[in-house]
Amino acid sequence: MNNIAVRCKGVTKSYGVGETQVRALRGVDLEIKTGEMMMLVGPSGSGKTTLISIIAGVLERDEGECLVFGHDYKHVSHWEKARFRGQNIGFVFQLFNLIPTLSAAENVAAPLLINGLKRSDALESARDILNRVGMGDRTYSLPRELSGGQQQRVAIARAMVHSPKLIVCDEPTSALDHETGHKVMELLHEVVVGVERALIVVTHDSRIFEFANRIARMDDGHIISVSDSRDFRLS
Amino acid sequence: MNFIALKMLIGDRAKYLGIIMGLTFASLLITQQSAIFLGLMTRTFAFLTDTGYPDIWVMDPKVQYTDDLKPLKETEFLRVRGVEGVAWAVPMYKGLLKARLPNGTFQTCNVIGLDDETLIGGPPQMIQGQLSDLRRSDAIIVDSFSIMDKLAKVMPDGKRVPLKIGDTMELNDHRAVVVGICKATRPFQSQPVIYTTYSRATIFAPRERKLMSFVLVKAKPGMDINTMCNRIQATTGLAAYTWNEFKILTVRYFMKYTGIPVNFGVTVILGFIVGVAIAGQTFYNFTQDNLRYFGTLKAMGASDGMLLRMILLQAAMVGSIGYGIGVGAASVFGTLSGNTELSFRLPWQLLAASATAVTLICAASAALSMWKVVRLEPAIVFKS
Repeated sequence: MNNIAVRCKGVTKSYGVGETQVRALRGVDLEIKTGEMMMLVGPSGSGKTTLISIIAGVLERDEGECLVFGHDYKHVSHWEKARFRGQNIGFVFQLFNLIPTLSAAENVAAPLLINGLKRSDALESARDILNRVGMGDRTYSLPRELSGGQQQRVAIARAMVHSPKLIVCDEPTSALDHETGHKVMELLHEVVVGVERALIVVTHDSRIFEFANRIARMDDGHIISVSDSRDFRLS
Repeated sequence: MNFIALKMLIGDRAKYLGIIMGLTFASLLITQQSAIFLGLMTRTFAFLTDTGYPDIWVMDPKVQYTDDLKPLKETEFLRVRGVEGVAWAVPMYKGLLKARLPNGTFQTCNVIGLDDETLIGGPPQMIQGQLSDLRRSDAIIVDSFSIMDKLAKVMPDGKRVPLKIGDTMELNDHRAVVVGICKATRPFQSQPVIYTTYSRATIFAPRERKLMSFVLVKAKPGMDINTMCNRIQATTGLAAYTWNEFKILTVRYFMKYTGIPVNFGVTVILGFIVGVAIAGQTFYNFTQDNLRYFGTLKAMGASDGMLLRMILLQAAMVGSIGYGIGVGAASVFGTLSGNTELSFRLPWQLLAASATAVTLICAASAALSMWKVVRLEPAIVFKS
């Protein structure tokens, strides 16, 4: 039981009310283990982004249960929820979301600063982690001075700088060409996946399925199958 | 997080400068126009500023301000002198008389006639000559601004030669000799200020039955000034004001019966609105443009309080810079206009009021942005 990172049971979520109501999740059950990279795939509107938003604690679920490392967001204050996210969750976004006026190191240092670390210590840790993702020579560069692949590397460094237990990636390769996307996934696989950490990746990009341990297919607010990466690709 | 807030702000140069320019302009307009207004109001009682020695000013009850002259009978000052508690009482003449300059032009002057014996009510500072020189024949003392400006001799080649001691002029067709130059506060209408003795002023003045403008009174040591005012009013039927009361009476008249406060008030309000419109709008746009990044920080664990502090810091920074530049520019303007006709007065109270106005503008701007950030769903970060 201890190796379960995320456990969702019967999670539902609707947007809007009355006739315009959209049921984004219609009772999702999902388990993600520590040390694994789980990919969520499915057509647009199938509920992938809603599900990772709920798992990441940035969106409230309507019903069901969702525990992240045993923590339930439902019964905690906004402040506690933010604190939990700050300490335990890392984010990698489709459009990187690097603050354009901050250097690479400053962007990477942001989660540490949010957690109350001193600026000098945070920047030092940021430089170390940038070295690990092969961006040690671009620590002072602004995002606009970096290529898409380099920006995503910085974003990955930012997602793992505070050693979170869960990293949530939303379409991490969709803004990148095939080769760069592949390198980014290699990096995520090599550097980020660890015994104590789980990764959940939302993607449409079938070329990166090989990096997943398991793949969950979603459609119309349900998880319709969860299979090993190899089985999934064969099917 | 403070340095992230500041780098986010400064990094967007165009908006950063736009917000600062808006606040600078607002601060400059509010401070400069209010300072000119205050300067003008100060000039309305310039005559009182230069005559601080008497405790009580006695005048006709219908007088509404310092230049609203309703002459008294000369015997009135003897009645005032007889009121119990009065240490001394002296007459004073004040009136607008025409001076004929050597080149033939006329200039209306503010002529002040001082008690012949004591010369009480004289100018606060002599630059050349002595106050007692007024006892010489046809003597007058002229203020230092006018000798170089309105009373200066204009030579045939157009060059202006300052009036000096020994020069003569005609005051209402009477010969007057300059025996001294004094420093005097510029009056509201910027006329030259001329001091002479009371008896000579009544010769210069057009012949009228009553010529005495005020009675200046000093109370005996230990006497309560307000009690003395009431006593003089009750005994003589004249109005008696302390220096401060007469000053307030004058300022109130100008505030109530002239369009000056409204005109300046409109400009100051305009400055405030411009500040809110430009700085507020630009600051709001800045937050709006950075909403995705605020959302990212929020998703990464930044609390609402943390983000609000960031916005407040940004608002405080642009507010301080805008206020500093605006007030600095207003001060430079005031310094440069120091020796001109323009009135300018910038006391600390006005600086504080201006700072309050800029703070309000920043608070309004920040409130809009804060509202937006607090309502922001961190899930926005997953929308492409």
